[in-house]
Amino acid sequence: MTTIDIEAEIRAEPSQAVVQRVTLLASLGWIGAVAILLFWPDLTFQPLVRELALFWSAVAAALVLLGLGGNRLGRLGRWSASRGPWLLAIGLGAALWTVLTAKTGILPQPFFPTPQAMLEVFLYDWPKILYSASFSVWLLARGFFFGAIAGFLIGIGMGWSRAVSYWATPLLRYVGPLPATAWLPLAFFIFPTSGSASVFLIAFSTAFPVAVLTWSGIASVNRDYYEIARTLGASPLFLITRVAIPAALPHVFVGLFMGLSTSFAVLVVAEMLGVEAGLGWYLQWAQGWAAYANMYAALFVMAAMCSGLITLLFRIRDRVLVWQKGVVRW
Amino acid sequence: MVAASPKIAPAGSDISIRAVSHRFDLEGAPLPVLDDVSLQIEPGSFVALLGPSGCGKSTLLRLVAGLDHPSAGEITVDGDPVADPDPSRILVFQDPTLFPWRNVRANVALGLEAQGILKSEGGRVDDAIRLVGLDGFDRAYPHQLSGGMAQRVALARALVNRPDVLLLDEPLGKLDSLTRLAMQTELVRLWQQSGLTAVLVTHDVEEALFLAQRVIVLGPRPARIVADLQVDLPYPRHRGDPRLAELRHEALRHLGLEASW
Repeated sequence: MTTIDIEAEIRAEPSQAVVQRVTLLASLGWIGAVAILLFWPDLTFQPLVRELALFWSAVAAALVLLGLGGNRLGRLGRWSASRGPWLLAIGLGAALWTVLTAKTGILPQPFFPTPQAMLEVFLYDWPKILYSASFSVWLLARGFFFGAIAGFLIGIGMGWSRAVSYWATPLLRYVGPLPATAWLPLAFFIFPTSGSASVFLIAFSTAFPVAVLTWSGIASVNRDYYEIARTLGASPLFLITRVAIPAALPHVFVGLFMGLSTSFAVLVVAEMLGVEAGLGWYLQWAQGWAAYANMYAALFVMAAMCSGLITLLFRIRDRVLVWQKGVVRW
Repeated sequence: MVAASPKIAPAGSDISIRAVSHRFDLEGAPLPVLDDVSLQIEPGSFVALLGPSGCGKSTLLRLVAGLDHPSAGEITVDGDPVADPDPSRILVFQDPTLFPWRNVRANVALGLEAQGILKSEGGRVDDAIRLVGLDGFDRAYPHQLSGGMAQRVALARALVNRPDVLLLDEPLGKLDSLTRLAMQTELVRLWQQSGLTAVLVTHDVEEALFLAQRVIVLGPRPARIVADLQVDLPYPRHRGDPRLAELRHEALRHLGLEASW
């Protein structure tokens, strides 16, 4: 108890009411971006200039508050303290972007949209983007869920039973490395709807790495664990569920990460080619209209979705494998 | 405190090893490790198997545990032939081999959980943790424990099952020398409190003589019994006892290390 109190004090003491200079500098960067936006004339007409200026000014104002408030603002203050250089860089990036597109046209229109055009997309098309994103997440979630379960069970079967391993290994070796997207044309014929076909393909692409990693995880379990459990009176079921599976879980999570990454690719391709919804479809649709700003917006949201899901999986792993803390870090 | 509970003190079993030989099959070539070993172990006694590394003494212990089956001969415990591992005969390895995903409490509870009696007998887990002096560490994970603490957990995980036979395969072999001395005293205490039959495999002459009532000296592979020494000293023993020095001399002579005396 006492040590924890002392630690907390040490951490809190020097940070009292210190002005964050980098955060204040960052707000200057954003103010500069606003100035460029308002006072340097645009090459062509741009929409929503005033709204964008307002938005960036709000960012600058918030940064001033954070900078002056220092670490008294708790978590938010700590965040801005550690992310100060990034906040500055993003502000400068916004200014540079404005100069290169709207002000000088060094990056040609319409392939490189102006910040104003991007704001327009998010302001007027957000319901469609949000719907597309939620559709994509739901499609991915179903496919990933079934694929992870199937891969896990196949991996356990292969790791545990000689017969399953005998029959499954050659199949997995031969069919597994085939990119799931190669099945796409067939899957759209075989399955009643393009949605179910996509779920199948995502599941397929997830199952392969999960199965292989689960299998290798179970194969690499320390034999002594089984002997210990056997002398303590463990049944075969206990050996599987309480020894083999928990010991193999770190490997299983590596497989889940690999499966999730490949499933993103399958998701986007499936949505582009057959499913009439989702971010992949939105991207394709925007391309049809040569709506470049919309395409960038879709990419932006897609990146947020993918990294968000990966982060979620990391969180789950950290919780499930809490016992690994200090043993393995990656 | 715990020794007062009558249930924690089962009567140890007697172990009978009759003309046991064992060999491993190494790429077609048989490798004999035990040659015609016969041994009677009294119930509740503490016996040490002493011999050079790799002589086959660990193999003998695995046979008694039921993890392997002898190529020839028979092993019975309380008259029943040993066929499979059983929670009444628990083996403690040189490595604690705790399950890293379970905390101390869950590791100790493993046997009761495997036998499906954790719910009704859960109190035994706390007793066992207290018995090895680890109260307050029940929530710690194995990677947070020192080598000595981990081996105590392994002992608690064995003792919680109230075994009749405790098979110790160099359980102190990887500990630093000071921890090792402390744990030797601890082992004697645990054995005295629980009344079980203890069989210790070691290549440490002093350890064998300090702990056991009887030291069986095994020759190099294939192991054969070369001497059966009675350590006729009461507990607690003293490391400086001249009688222990005499016995050490004798044991070293049987091990062919006479010249170093």
